[in-house]
Amino acid sequence: MTEPTIYELSSPGRTGVTFPDPDVPRAGLPENLLRKDLPLPELAEADVVRHYVNLSKYNYSVDSGFYPLGSCTMKYNPKINEDTARLPGFAFTHPLQPIETVQGNLVLMYTLQEWLKEISGFAALTLQPAAGAHGELTGVLMMRAYHKDRGDTKRVKMLIPDSAHGTNPASSAMNRLEVVQVPSDARGNVDLAALKAACDDTTVGLMLTNPNTLGLFDEHLEQVIKIVHDCGGLVYGDGANLNALLGILRPADVGFDLMHINLHKTFSTPHGGGGPGSGPVGVTEKLADFLPSPLVGIVEDNGEDEPPLYGFVTPKKTIGRIKAFHGHFGMLVRAYTYIAMHGPDGLRRIAEYAVLNANYVKVRLKGVYTVPFDRLCMHEFVAEGQWADAPGIRALDVAKRLMDYDFHPPTNYFPLIVNEALMIEPTETENKGTLDAFVEALLKIAAEAKTTPDLLHEAPHKTPFGRMDEVKAARELVLCCWLPEDYEKKG
Amino acid sequence: MTYIPHSPKEREAMLTAIGVKSLEDLFKDIPSKQRFPKLDLPPALTEMEAAAELGELSIGNENVRTDLVSFLGAGAYNHYIPAAVDHILRRGEFSTAYTPYQPEISQGTLQSIFEYQSLICALTGMDVSNASHYDGATAVAEAANMAYAQFRGKRNRLVISPTVHPQYRETLRTYVQGLGLDLAGDDPNANLEAGPEALEGLIDGNTALVIVQYPDFFGHVYDFTNLIDIAHGKGALACVVANPTALALFKSPCEMGADIVVGEGQPLGIPLSFGGPYLGFFTTRKQYIHKMAGRLVGETVDNRGQRAFVLTLTAREQHIKRERAISNICSNQGLLALAAGVYLSLLGQSGLRQVAELCYHKAHYAAEKIGRVKGYSICFDTPFFHEFSVCCPKPVSEINEHLLEHGILGGYDLGQDYPSLKDHMLIAVTEMNTRDEIDALVDALAEVSHD
Repeated sequence: MTEPTIYELSSPGRTGVTFPDPDVPRAGLPENLLRKDLPLPELAEADVVRHYVNLSKYNYSVDSGFYPLGSCTMKYNPKINEDTARLPGFAFTHPLQPIETVQGNLVLMYTLQEWLKEISGFAALTLQPAAGAHGELTGVLMMRAYHKDRGDTKRVKMLIPDSAHGTNPASSAMNRLEVVQVPSDARGNVDLAALKAACDDTTVGLMLTNPNTLGLFDEHLEQVIKIVHDCGGLVYGDGANLNALLGILRPADVGFDLMHINLHKTFSTPHGGGGPGSGPVGVTEKLADFLPSPLVGIVEDNGEDEPPLYGFVTPKKTIGRIKAFHGHFGMLVRAYTYIAMHGPDGLRRIAEYAVLNANYVKVRLKGVYTVPFDRLCMHEFVAEGQWADAPGIRALDVAKRLMDYDFHPPTNYFPLIVNEALMIEPTETENKGTLDAFVEALLKIAAEAKTTPDLLHEAPHKTPFGRMDEVKAARELVLCCWLPEDYEKKG
Repeated sequence: MTYIPHSPKEREAMLTAIGVKSLEDLFKDIPSKQRFPKLDLPPALTEMEAAAELGELSIGNENVRTDLVSFLGAGAYNHYIPAAVDHILRRGEFSTAYTPYQPEISQGTLQSIFEYQSLICALTGMDVSNASHYDGATAVAEAANMAYAQFRGKRNRLVISPTVHPQYRETLRTYVQGLGLDLAGDDPNANLEAGPEALEGLIDGNTALVIVQYPDFFGHVYDFTNLIDIAHGKGALACVVANPTALALFKSPCEMGADIVVGEGQPLGIPLSFGGPYLGFFTTRKQYIHKMAGRLVGETVDNRGQRAFVLTLTAREQHIKRERAISNICSNQGLLALAAGVYLSLLGQSGLRQVAELCYHKAHYAAEKIGRVKGYSICFDTPFFHEFSVCCPKPVSEINEHLLEHGILGGYDLGQDYPSLKDHMLIAVTEMNTRDEIDALVDALAEVSHD
């Protein structure tokens, strides 16, 4: 049932596309610089299309079913976004065109900047970062630049709660900052005493995900922020969980200094099997001068009767450019379309129903699955995939067995502070029927864990592929395939 | 318009199950003073209205398919994209899946990335390719990061040619600003005609990485074999930033001895889309694999004995190693790697070579014609691929304004980045430009020269 590789399907002399003969004289080629062979496969268009369509059938996707992957916000991605991003006026504009010829793009970017500022409460914002982790890197660079600009050169320490995404410490370390882990308390909040003890005049700041990766809103958020501010540190918000806060709370209003926003989570741009993402970063007034360059701004105000001219501006103390060109523009078009269709009330409903769905699933699993930190959750929650009376069953087994019931598993083994974690984020786009079916499957699996544990150990059974030999992959490291040696003879 | 499916009855049943009276009751942990802000945003549109609004915005641009004839490149190229590429990309099975952390139900993504890695290795000649980075600029920054890690931070110099894309150099400066690295060669006032030899003197025993571009920002094709030998002689690594289309025609950087080959994959079936999302490809030699950032797909078998693919060597990555990871990289450009895979599969050996040759011949035709127009001259006497610089009789912005009146998108103004190249335009020609279009460009350039 496996699909051959594109190289195995290759046959000498085939091609999927041909191009016109040159309509200009041929120029001499520099012989000493030419390459001899180009080992690319040769296929007809139909071969290629069938190959990729066959491969696509091996994927589980949001378009095919429920994908409650915690912290990833796998909501339904509206189809209209795909159409708007492909409009020729957007798709076929060059990033270096004169600004007068791309006012449509620039108005869209400017407006999206304004909308995201309104939604998050920040004073200024860059659309340039390519993904959440890229936004974090941008944020950390800005935090450093801010302290340095004030002559405050002692600050080398980034505080990060133990429930944080791995990208937070990695982004800090990329800037050679020292990472100090802050523990959580018994209710899943940041431990205030530990935070206080960690804060001093060497603290760059705190990177805080709120609601955190347990799906809990920190009950002492204002105190947490105040403690960090009191020692001169800045508070960075990891916006991975912004879906729970749309129209509910603007992070800047409670004191966050800067935050990235994942357009591919909260604002419905498709995850693409691992990207492209988009991770705009919003900042308060005091950090605005440090934003990456360039930003979109009004470069010529033409009075009341004429529209202004939009263009690019460079913040005064910018950290510089963080990628080529202007960010993932195609993703910006999708996010713009999504926000335009929701308006202020629609955005608030997203958060309300995301939180409703998560709490509903949590309540229905109660008593069968252990949910540490039993409080009302936000858009996600973490359950344990283990039972005292089902020794040998792990979260991984539950996750794999869920595939047999045609659901994508939740995130497992994250956050690290819960044993055998199953992190469940239903999102707002799922109806009660789907959630009920998912709960029924999880309840059945909990029973199977005790009665027929092998069913879980050997799962999945009904998928086209079974569990993988990951050790073999890492030991043998076969990372690419080639045309066979006797390829020419084959033709 | 929202995508929330709940009926009022379902909502009530769910609230009852949870034990709260209203949706608002779910948010009691939120500080009450700031709770439920009134957002000042335009009212919601229906899909029909949104489609119209976005259509309106999009026609506020002049695009390079129906409005303008483009001779602009400088890192983003207008190539033909076969129809099948986007038809595959639009499949929700690919576009709405997440990172393939559950391999049993992600073989589509995993095998397509494995094939992408294979195709990129074939093109560059290198041993291993990762699953991609954000773009060419960040791939260069990751190469620097990798070299720094390779020498455990003990070598603090990076040598970069001033003829590497100005935005890539700027991105690199941003990435390394906290590391106390010495960036040598990054000087736009340097002698740009000196070729690779100009960098030789900058490479010392403290150099971690030498970075050059192939063809360089001005379109020149140099053989870097000597330079790379010298770098290796000092114990440094060498990174070549390559244009993937050019690799169909010219010697691979692997043959020249490169340790890392990166580049911008946009020419491989990805629309210009005003600069993104694009695709950063990243390859290296097998011995450096553990220091390479980004995701990696490897072949294995499943418990039914079927060949299958998984993410491998994940212990290098941030979600396992946290602050000890080499990079914070999390996402790749999955869907765009898929686009490049489909594009390369469709074109194959002959198609990609045809594209490269068309670019080459047409660019040379244009250069030869423009060089004969009074007032213009072609700078540098070096082999070039599909881009070349022209010394103009007037400021480039003025010439481009005139070209726009003729529906022509002129070249890049090199004076923005290189003071010595004031009044120099970088012109790009691809298979999309017909002879008639090139002749029209030449005529329009002649007109500016005359008035």
